[in-house]
Amino acid sequence: MKLKDIFITSAFTENSVWRQILGICSALAVTNLMKNSLIMGLGVIFTLAFANLTISFIRNWTPRSVRMMVQTLVIASYVIIVDIFLKANMPEISKQLGPYVGLIITNCILMGRAEAFASQNKPLDSFIDGIGAGVGYTLVLLVISFIRELFGFGSIFGIQVMGDWWTPWSIMVMAPSAFFILAMLIWHINTRFYKAKV
Amino acid sequence: MDISAFVLFWAAIFTSNILLTNFLGMCSYLSVSKEIESSFGLGVAVIFVLTATSALNWLVYHYILVPFDIVYLQFIVFIIVIAAFVQFLELLIERYAPALYYTLGIFLPLITVNCAILGVSLFMIIRSYNFIQSIAYGAGSGIGWLLAILMLAGIRRKLKEKMVPIGLHGAGISLIITGIMAMGFIGFSGIVQIQ
Repeated sequence: MKLKDIFITSAFTENSVWRQILGICSALAVTNLMKNSLIMGLGVIFTLAFANLTISFIRNWTPRSVRMMVQTLVIASYVIIVDIFLKANMPEISKQLGPYVGLIITNCILMGRAEAFASQNKPLDSFIDGIGAGVGYTLVLLVISFIRELFGFGSIFGIQVMGDWWTPWSIMVMAPSAFFILAMLIWHINTRFYKAKV
Repeated sequence: MDISAFVLFWAAIFTSNILLTNFLGMCSYLSVSKEIESSFGLGVAVIFVLTATSALNWLVYHYILVPFDIVYLQFIVFIIVIAAFVQFLELLIERYAPALYYTLGIFLPLITVNCAILGVSLFMIIRSYNFIQSIAYGAGSGIGWLLAILMLAGIRRKLKEKMVPIGLHGAGISLIITGIMAMGFIGFSGIVQIQ
């Protein structure tokens, strides 16, 4: 498979969030502001790409019985790098994201890609696959947070776009809206692109 | 934080339910909730593991990580503690309670990667709970999770006979139901605030 095809497959046609329903936890939790979503997305892209690369490099030397543990430790090491980087350079965002940066470790997308792709494919392919899956994930985060921030705060990336007349919808700041928006997104994509008849 | 452990226990079940307000443990919540029996089995296992690992991780954090000044390793250490505990529990149950093993056994490996377990450990560190508070928070979160997955499993069983648009089958409709449940739980939110 060509690298471009690998990227397209893992980012769009077999997107982890809307096709495989993985990684929902953080996709819902950090989407109240677009800035948080973007930072979280970048963190996941970094972790996915390099964790996939590392796991692919050591795939022939990893005994099958302990591979889950090895994968988890590799992923955890990269997450620690992301966490320290955020704490040092963006302390405010790191505080807002709170435990959700650490929870990248248990994000099912990472284990999913490591198990389904990186443990059987060449390093470069796995690296591209990781970036693709991360981009697909970030895309979903940005779409959800765009809607939530626009209606909940009247702003986009922290810039006020709605005037004084705008009354923020408090439901958009609270938890239920994330569930509804993700459900609508999955519904729309299934009907529009995967020909699921209504 | 000087909230009594008792208040924290109830707050973790209702006002800040680990799943409905913090979105943790969604993966197994969506995939296992097809049947009530298996949801209940997984829920009980989660309660048990959550209570025990939040106690263990609290001890590890305050008596090993902080004195040796290696707090930045907390993610790796926590996940190892959780994985080791789950493995240990599996061996123990298999040896001494084979009947329980057949009901809970298949769910135990799933729990290691359930983000609610790691999430609770991280929350209790960030909010600097003491030992008793951590146990109460862990147990409460587990019960809250069991409550949520049981409700969804019950509703999904009724839903089998209903007409649902094909595009919404599976995860879509479950997410909408969860959203409505989360709205219901907002009703509790005035009672106590533990953010």
